[in-house]
Amino acid sequence: MEPCRVLLVDDEEEFVTTLAERLRLRGMEAKVATSGEEAMRILESVPAHVVVLDVLLPGMGGLEVLRRIRAKHPQIQVILLTGRGSDQEAREGLSLGAMDYLIKPIQLEELIRKIREVAPCAARERL
Amino acid sequence: MSFFGAIGRWARGFTQELRDFTDYTESPRRYRRLRRNMILMGIIGTTIPLVLLAAMNYHQFQRAMKGELMQPLRILVNRTKHSFELFLTERLSALSFIASAYSWEELADERGLHRVFQVMKRELGGFVDLGLIDRRGIQVGYVGPYELKGRDYSDQGWFQEVTVRGRYVSDVFMGYRKFPHFVIAVERQADRGEWWVLRATVDTEKFNHLIASIGLTETTDAFVVNRVGVLQTPSKYYGKVLEQCPFSLPPPSQVPMVMETEDPYGREVLLGYTYSEFPSFILMVVQPRAELLRSWITLRSELFLLFAASLLVIYMVLYKVTGLLVKRIQESDMRREASHREMQYTNKLASIGRLAAGVAHEINNPMAIINEKAGLMKDLIETSDYCPNREKFLSLTGSILQSVERVRNVTHRLLGFARRMDVQYEMLCLNEVLQEVMGFLEKDAFHRSIELQVELAEDLPRIYSDRGQLQQVFLNILNNAFEAVEDGGRVAVQTRREGPEWVAAAIQDNGKGMSEETMKHIFDPFFTTKKGYGTGLGLSITYGIVSRLGGKIQVHSREGMGTTFTVLLPLRAPQIEGSRDGTM
Repeated sequence: MEPCRVLLVDDEEEFVTTLAERLRLRGMEAKVATSGEEAMRILESVPAHVVVLDVLLPGMGGLEVLRRIRAKHPQIQVILLTGRGSDQEAREGLSLGAMDYLIKPIQLEELIRKIREVAPCAARERL
Repeated sequence: MSFFGAIGRWARGFTQELRDFTDYTESPRRYRRLRRNMILMGIIGTTIPLVLLAAMNYHQFQRAMKGELMQPLRILVNRTKHSFELFLTERLSALSFIASAYSWEELADERGLHRVFQVMKRELGGFVDLGLIDRRGIQVGYVGPYELKGRDYSDQGWFQEVTVRGRYVSDVFMGYRKFPHFVIAVERQADRGEWWVLRATVDTEKFNHLIASIGLTETTDAFVVNRVGVLQTPSKYYGKVLEQCPFSLPPPSQVPMVMETEDPYGREVLLGYTYSEFPSFILMVVQPRAELLRSWITLRSELFLLFAASLLVIYMVLYKVTGLLVKRIQESDMRREASHREMQYTNKLASIGRLAAGVAHEINNPMAIINEKAGLMKDLIETSDYCPNREKFLSLTGSILQSVERVRNVTHRLLGFARRMDVQYEMLCLNEVLQEVMGFLEKDAFHRSIELQVELAEDLPRIYSDRGQLQQVFLNILNNAFEAVEDGGRVAVQTRREGPEWVAAAIQDNGKGMSEETMKHIFDPFFTTKKGYGTGLGLSITYGIVSRLGGKIQVHSREGMGTTFTVLLPLRAPQIEGSRDGTM
């Protein structure tokens, strides 16, 4: 099984780069985008198994990015990860095809478990 | 004037009070006062017109009845007067006829006069004597019991009157025989220039027959007086013949009149009377007022009874109606207060929810960074071969991660409080849910020797509700109950059916109870009595869940006596809005 390729999209650079580094330590291939546009660009060239997507993004919003990914790359699974827990947002995201709706801060093990649940790829939950 | 002024001021105050009647939190005294004022207002509003009506009716009836009742007395007086007049006129006419029919010679003849006298006595009765008097006033002929022949009447008043007026009727007087008489006389002028007077004495025996024949009742008295008030006939109550009548003379009237007066014995009487011009006398009929007005007095009593009964009915109706009305007002005030509180509470929840969501978001993002940074530090320490103070660092990062986890719990609860959680409906048994929850607490109950009394209704119908949320509700309430009781205390759980639409679960503790002030706030978010360790969200969330499930929650508590929470849940789920596919 090939290692998980994950694209992390979040405008909090400090958060997203650190998270990417931790995922890499666990055998994943993690890339980072700090905006929706950048994420779409990266997906054009580098295929990913899973996109972990923030909902509140500057410019193109998270739900719009989700919509485009589902349209252009239907094989890519999306997990929403946000600081704001909103019922309506969760419902909308899930109805647009997101696989889950998680709230920050999240334990890494849980995130990895969710990623492996939605995509057939390899990653270690522990170091 | 001042009385009506005071009433007006009071009424204005009362209406003002009604308008301002919004402070429903005040004691029941306020409602009692409202009721008292309503009753007073009602009494004034109904009694015054009723009294006026009764008074008007009373006077109208009195007038009509009196008129009606006095009429027979008037008729009686009139009839009796005519009888008296007829009696006297009859005798005058007879005398007049004799004076005309017989010549002087025939009458002056002793035998002739005697024969005429016998016929008069036989046919008319009451005549005592008969005398013939010549123009000089000398009685030339006399038939009767006394020696009066030859007597000179020329200087007597009656003789003067008969010469002027042609006839005369005297007042009653006591004759030699000591019984009442009166004299009648007529003059006669013959064609040949002869002139004489025929005079007769009549006893008053016939008067008594006349009065007896008018059919008076036992208590009614009738008598005749002359123009100076001397009794001409005996009275049953007011004196004998020729005594002074005790009644003062009424104002002259030819038509029969009735007046109300008092008799010498102080009785209220009706005095019917009439004046007769010739012969000149006054007829009086006296009847006790009470007797004549008996039917009026009966009617008056009935009127009064009717009035009193009407007032009683009005007061009873007023009492009942105001009681009902005030009770309704009180209930509606309470409902309004409850809905007002609920609205305030809902608004408060909503704004706190928005605030909580915003704060959680602002905190969650930096917390996520701290979480990842510390996590990475921990990862790096764990993966590096050489690290001085490795254990120390691992412990420090572990502490950071634990703290983040604590913050995460708080923010997630805040978000859980804020969001509208989706409800997963299913058919469930309330007893089972309670048993599951009590399972969590059994250990705690055992350690603290808390007696857990369980009384679950066996025939409780299944309800359509959310198991997870109900568990949360009962866990919150039971946790509070456990915290309220001392070690060795008692917590009772009971379920029952409540009408056709509801089931109820009551959780009762014998703990410290709550003050009224605390009761008002227990469902407010962040209100807590657990100093230092409660978030103040438990009952608030409980309330939110029960409302969402279409249920109601009631609290009864007394300080030092314990608290009972009753959760009422509908058998059927309330109207559900939106989809149910979100998970969080």
